[in-house]
Amino acid sequence: MASAPAFEYAPAPESRSVVDIAPSYGLFIDGEFTDATGGKVFKTVSPSTEEVLSEVAEASAEDVDRAVKAARKAFEKWSALPGAERAKYLFRIARIIQERSRELAVLETLDNGKPIKETRDADLPLVAAHFFYYAGWADKLGHAGFGAEPRPLGVAGQVIPWNFPLLMLAWKIAPALATGNTVVLKPAETTPLSALFFADICRQAGLPKGVVNIVTGDGRTGAALVAHPDVNKVAFTGSTAVGKAIARTVAGTRKKLTLELGGKGANIVFDDAPIDQAVEGIVNGIFFNQGQVCCAGSRLLVQESVQDELLDALKRRLSTLRLGDPLDKNTDIGAINSAEQLARITALADAGEAEGAERWSPACELPGAGYWFAPTLFTNVTQAHTIAREEIFGPVLSVLSFRTPDEAVAKANNTQYGLSAGIWSEKGSRILAVASKLRAGVVWSNTFNKFDPTSPFGGYKESGFGREGGRHGLEAYLDV
Amino acid sequence: MSDRLSVFKTYKLYVGGKFPRSESGRVYEVTDAKDNWLANAPLSSRKDARDAVVAARKAFGGWSGATAYNRGQVLYRVAEMLEGRREQFVREVAQAEGLSKSKAAAVVDAAIDRWVWYAGWTDKIAQVTGGANPVAGPFFNLSSPEPTGVVAVLAPQDSSFLGLVSVLAPVIATGNTAVVIASEKAPLPALSLAEVLATSDVPGGVVNILSGRTAEIATPLAAHQDVNAIDLAGADEELAKELEIAAADNLKRVLRPRPVDFTETPGTERLTAFLETKTVWHTTGALGAAGSSY
Repeated sequence: MASAPAFEYAPAPESRSVVDIAPSYGLFIDGEFTDATGGKVFKTVSPSTEEVLSEVAEASAEDVDRAVKAARKAFEKWSALPGAERAKYLFRIARIIQERSRELAVLETLDNGKPIKETRDADLPLVAAHFFYYAGWADKLGHAGFGAEPRPLGVAGQVIPWNFPLLMLAWKIAPALATGNTVVLKPAETTPLSALFFADICRQAGLPKGVVNIVTGDGRTGAALVAHPDVNKVAFTGSTAVGKAIARTVAGTRKKLTLELGGKGANIVFDDAPIDQAVEGIVNGIFFNQGQVCCAGSRLLVQESVQDELLDALKRRLSTLRLGDPLDKNTDIGAINSAEQLARITALADAGEAEGAERWSPACELPGAGYWFAPTLFTNVTQAHTIAREEIFGPVLSVLSFRTPDEAVAKANNTQYGLSAGIWSEKGSRILAVASKLRAGVVWSNTFNKFDPTSPFGGYKESGFGREGGRHGLEAYLDV
Repeated sequence: MSDRLSVFKTYKLYVGGKFPRSESGRVYEVTDAKDNWLANAPLSSRKDARDAVVAARKAFGGWSGATAYNRGQVLYRVAEMLEGRREQFVREVAQAEGLSKSKAAAVVDAAIDRWVWYAGWTDKIAQVTGGANPVAGPFFNLSSPEPTGVVAVLAPQDSSFLGLVSVLAPVIATGNTAVVIASEKAPLPALSLAEVLATSDVPGGVVNILSGRTAEIATPLAAHQDVNAIDLAGADEELAKELEIAAADNLKRVLRPRPVDFTETPGTERLTAFLETKTVWHTTGALGAAGSSY
């Protein structure tokens, strides 16, 4: 029986009028927007339409130095402020984010290409919650288990990716400020806007000048920030290759380093799993944010006896996904963030086909303009395949099978990465046993891609080190 | 009786629970503080380092899977065995570090007590560093520490015994396995410690001890793809930087060298440096959703 066609939906776009994007933005240094030395700029486009949204200053090493100096100057007073006062600034920021959350959600969807459903219901609530959570720590650091009076490190240089621009900013800035550090943050080249709007939120909150500095630019700006001799702490979220380069840069210095890097998460479905729930979890695991998630469940490991049943249900479900205008409230799959990322996904998926894996996508019309990739599923994948080993960072799922729990664990752990994993089973003892054997920093059982400010996040092995979130997240910004 | 010729000990490496010579067949002269010859110690090669990593990896599953209580008992057993051979270690430390007998005795006593201290930590560190996280949703969310894996340890150069114990015990207390490079100048107390470990229920391969040139052995360990972390305590500034760069290749966890007073009671830094945090989200369902309560 052919599955029923998806309902036709009338367009339901979220209004763009809620956000006012200026034609150009400068760097945010010492509480002021300023042009880059030399006046270099770059354009940021909407990935779903390729429309130019704004022009943004490209920070040189000289600009980075100005920002670090401003942060250094602000550090003395900020770190000496009573924790309760720092807390109140952060609470203010959390509240203003809540007030402006629709504006920021629309902005993020425009600049990143992800569906408004996600920015509105996942990114923004988590951003506000993260500031709210760490605000409460600022005057309780002596009770956090890092000594009676743990000290901040100084100036934190933070480099964040484009997949969750504002959420990654929150993960970096909230704990840094709560512990008394000042920051220079570089947003990703393709998604600079929400960080610049955040600068305005800092102004509204009355945050002292220089406590938060935002320098926009590409990898060279990030490299200058990481290498700056007066930076005491480097925090990076991004690719494993860049993470390794940063680790080499800070070698032999006293800079404290935390890295949150790539992943190749295994989503393991046992024969006693609730199949319908598992299908939802698999879809969420690899198609949330177009699969551009470091902790994505990009390898589906399914027990042989339920493979056919599961794949049938999964394909049926994929056929109902709606790809298109990210601002439409009914859209499930938005645009890929950049032409460069689309090319990478395309190349890896082609490699999967060339190496003999079987490719499948639901019938899916891609818009003419913008960067798009249909949800894709590969079967007949072996562990040797490129698509089973390399992080694709796109809506591409590789399906492998297993017979015994031991085999599932061995396959799940057979990767250089160790960020996330999922387990689907109704048997408590099996879940606990498998969870304890997985070499991954975050394990979801009978769920996937859940985040919370109280829950430490970070990887094993080449997925990086250090944790963000929870009490653990404080350590990265304290001199301990 | 005083004419009796004493029996010298051939000092050997400790790898996988066995006492091999260096595969290279090389040795180097070890002298006391006054330059008197003490022994010919093995001069380990890159191959010895790789063999030690293989042994440490093989031992990791069993040791990390042992209960924390069991690991605590084993570490305590090390202290018991050391206590029984206290005189031997006082003599060896005195010779190695040029200390008076009473000062060497204080060092050995502190080292024995350090094993006891870390024996007590094995089943407590998870409660101190882990715990339930109050996430905003129907989940039981638990963070627990887990050992990082195989840890290369460059033992301190000056404190050949107390320093060694102070960096080794925390690594294995939490379930890691270790490849230790003994103090280059004074390796004999470390090599003798291997004899204690071998008779203390420490499974073979959990601790592997190499002697030789620190830089020569540490370089392949820092670059080794199956080593998960490295403690650079015994490296000078220049070597530490070089090794940290090599360690970035597979993103080893790196504990940089810094001055430590080993006579002080340590904190938890050396325990937590080689721990990962695993956070597991368990769905809890929603009993009582229809309004009933228990």
